[in-house]
Amino acid sequence: MSIGHTLLGLLEAGPRHGYDLKRAFDEKFGHDRPLAYGQVYSTMSRLLKNGLVEVDGIESGGGPDRKRYAITGAGVTDVEAWLAQPEKPEPYLHSTLYTKVVLALLTGRSAAGLLDTQRAEHLRLMRILTQRKRKGDLADQLVCDHALFHLEADLRWLELTAARLDQLSREVRR
Amino acid sequence: MTPAGSLLAATDLRKAYGPTAALDGAEFSIHPGEVVAVMGPSGSGKSTLLHCLAGIVTPDSGSITYAGHELSAMSDGRRSALRRSEFGFVFQFGQLVPELTCVENVALPLRLAGVKRKEAESAALHWMERLQVEDVGAKRPGEVSGGQGQRVAVARALVTRPRVIFADEPTGALDSLNGELVMQLLTEAARSANAAVVLVTHETRVAAYSDREIVVRDGKSRDMERIV
Repeated sequence: MSIGHTLLGLLEAGPRHGYDLKRAFDEKFGHDRPLAYGQVYSTMSRLLKNGLVEVDGIESGGGPDRKRYAITGAGVTDVEAWLAQPEKPEPYLHSTLYTKVVLALLTGRSAAGLLDTQRAEHLRLMRILTQRKRKGDLADQLVCDHALFHLEADLRWLELTAARLDQLSREVRR
Repeated sequence: MTPAGSLLAATDLRKAYGPTAALDGAEFSIHPGEVVAVMGPSGSGKSTLLHCLAGIVTPDSGSITYAGHELSAMSDGRRSALRRSEFGFVFQFGQLVPELTCVENVALPLRLAGVKRKEAESAALHWMERLQVEDVGAKRPGEVSGGQGQRVAVARALVTRPRVIFADEPTGALDSLNGELVMQLLTEAARSANAAVVLVTHETRVAAYSDREIVVRDGKSRDMERIV
């Protein structure tokens, strides 16, 4: 995720202090990874340098954490362009899992066992996400669903690969 | 050996259809209030396992115990009574009786057990409320959506307060949103009633509602919990 664009987008709704920005980010997007303060301020100074935000006011007491930031016209254009740009689909063609399966076959280890272990780990995470979804609000549900669908796709690959292990084994040893 | 405290357990189950071994030493166990997903490719033997556990199919060999009693040692009558009163069933296509209204469908297992109409329909309405389909009580199955029909079927499975619910691809005919709702309500209702759920599914997102997963491949079972 582009932290810079996300913070810019949050600023488009109205000027905020760095601390407010971090809080809004964590609340809406930081489910697993809350933003570090340092990251907020380094991102803001980059956005300032690029003219995408400006300092809207400084509270008495001074210090960098007292700055209130506002988005500039160039910043709004930047957010607009980012939202309009589709994300590059990532097919993970050379995934670590594929590499592990092939290496297991090449070295005479149990590729089926490796796939089963991975499957169990995927399902364990899916259970945690499903639990979180049950207890959470709609935002939680959408975020978890996104992760669940991706894990499900991985699992389908694991199953299909398990079904093709004999064939794969013959081909990698050729 | 039967795992301690399990409500329903199977050891070394074997079942062949002609030369084909559908089950080849499968194991299974479930505790009260537990949801166990049975997964596996088509033809792996997962449905045969479910049918054996439910006493619908008799295995060639192996042991199945329910509440400590050997299923094969029971008379046909006792096994039928078990299926009516202590087991509940949910299938892929609700299999509701089209001529009856939804509330009559849910009340049916109780009516068959000799419960009076008013009492049976009152219990039916309770479960229909739990499954959020109380407003379709007067409609016939053909007049409700697929998702509603399946929730009616779940209510029917729960109405006798069974100790084990067998769900065979319960969301197989539903879209994602309705499938999620059925799974959420089914597992919540079952857990609150301390009923065990044997959930056969090929969808991992559905299996994620379970506490534990068993994978069946070529008639053999693998308890995935023991792998991690």
